[in-house]
Amino acid sequence: MIPAAFDYHRPASLDDALKLLAQHGDEARVVAGGHSLIPMMKLRLAAPSHLVDLQDIAALKGIKDSGGAVEIGAMTSQRDIIQSAALASAIPLLKETAEQIADPQVRYCGTLGGNVANGDPGNDMPAVMMALDAVYLVKGPGGAREIKARGFYHGAYATELKDGEILTAIRIPKPPHSHGSAYVKQKRKIGDYATAAAAVVLTMSGGTCASAAIALTNVGDTALYAEAAGAALAGTSLDAAAVAKAVEAATGIAQPAKDARGPVDFRKSVAGVMVWRAVEIAGRRARAGR
Amino acid sequence: MSKMHVKMTVNGGEVEALAEPRTLLIHFLREQLSLTGPHVGCDTSHCGACTVDLNGKSVKSCTVFVAQANGGAVTTIEGIAHADGTLHVLQEMFREHHGLQCGFCTPGMITRAYRLLQENPNPSETEIRHGIAGNLCRCTGYQNIVKAIRAAADQLSGKKEAAE
Repeated sequence: MIPAAFDYHRPASLDDALKLLAQHGDEARVVAGGHSLIPMMKLRLAAPSHLVDLQDIAALKGIKDSGGAVEIGAMTSQRDIIQSAALASAIPLLKETAEQIADPQVRYCGTLGGNVANGDPGNDMPAVMMALDAVYLVKGPGGAREIKARGFYHGAYATELKDGEILTAIRIPKPPHSHGSAYVKQKRKIGDYATAAAAVVLTMSGGTCASAAIALTNVGDTALYAEAAGAALAGTSLDAAAVAKAVEAATGIAQPAKDARGPVDFRKSVAGVMVWRAVEIAGRRARAGR
Repeated sequence: MSKMHVKMTVNGGEVEALAEPRTLLIHFLREQLSLTGPHVGCDTSHCGACTVDLNGKSVKSCTVFVAQANGGAVTTIEGIAHADGTLHVLQEMFREHHGLQCGFCTPGMITRAYRLLQENPNPSETEIRHGIAGNLCRCTGYQNIVKAIRAAADQLSGKKEAAE
């Protein structure tokens, strides 16, 4: 499989990258780790005439802790996320999710920015970013702007990101130390996209769930923020009836396609099981104080 | 869309060539440099037969453009054995423990195992299995591959202790 020909650019700064995008318009695509874009180019589902490689832009890499939030450069790889002890302690959900993405080789290349900006409903990080209420930092010809993960996704590969804009970083508010979280993913094999997956972030106060956020992967055209499912848990003790309500609310918004991973009803059902398991694990972790 | 000038270190030696940016690293290595150790298996970044080491990371060279690797350092299976032709401990242990049958996955498997042991010189069986999760083998059932990597880890750490 040979992609269509393109001109290759490797700018050394974000400004140079933005200039290239301005110059070439929708003929240009940025490439981060390339593990979504290059397979699409090999299938000729994407054929940019200009490829703008962001690998030399140091400002797009790294993990910064600003006290109340963590800011992760868009070019930070999944492996960098797994290796960061500080991140594993502040927001353990990120490591847990990154470890479930593809395989070691892909995680060396694949970046957080590419995973969230590409708009592929099969990618795992968008749902996690919705559950964590992350904010995407974007730069473009009109300057910088911030977009909430929960409002970023419009459809498969269709996002709030406009031509000429580059996602530079992801800012994630640190959940309280006593929170619990989980990302539970059903997949057929290593490297496969999820049949369904669920991200849960919740806090407990005494024996009561003070807040809960739930989001789903790969059971719709985009990752899905299941607001009503989270609300069904708030104020409860995470008892069986409350969890059943959350599961019902989450499966209610799931609209998976029938594909090799199974028929629609099966995939909806798996989404419910993922939510049920993730709530149970997150609840246990919150009660254990981690 | 002309060819670009590519310069990189491959198995310790400087390499310069002209290549189209869209050339995949696996094709550059196999067809322009005649390094046919890394294999094209699935061509969809699943099987790991094309695994090479790029700048200290295991990558699937079917999913890297030669343009992205420009300026980098690549190690293929051809660069794993010692300069005098004697085999690397990993290669010896794959032979010793029957870590291969048809051999098609072996160059990628050993190149991946090489990086795994660089990062984690004493991996548990579970860590080995997670570490080679991106490399598929249709023959062995993985048991002997895991044994071979574990044995190589023992030999390498034993050597290190002896040298200290």
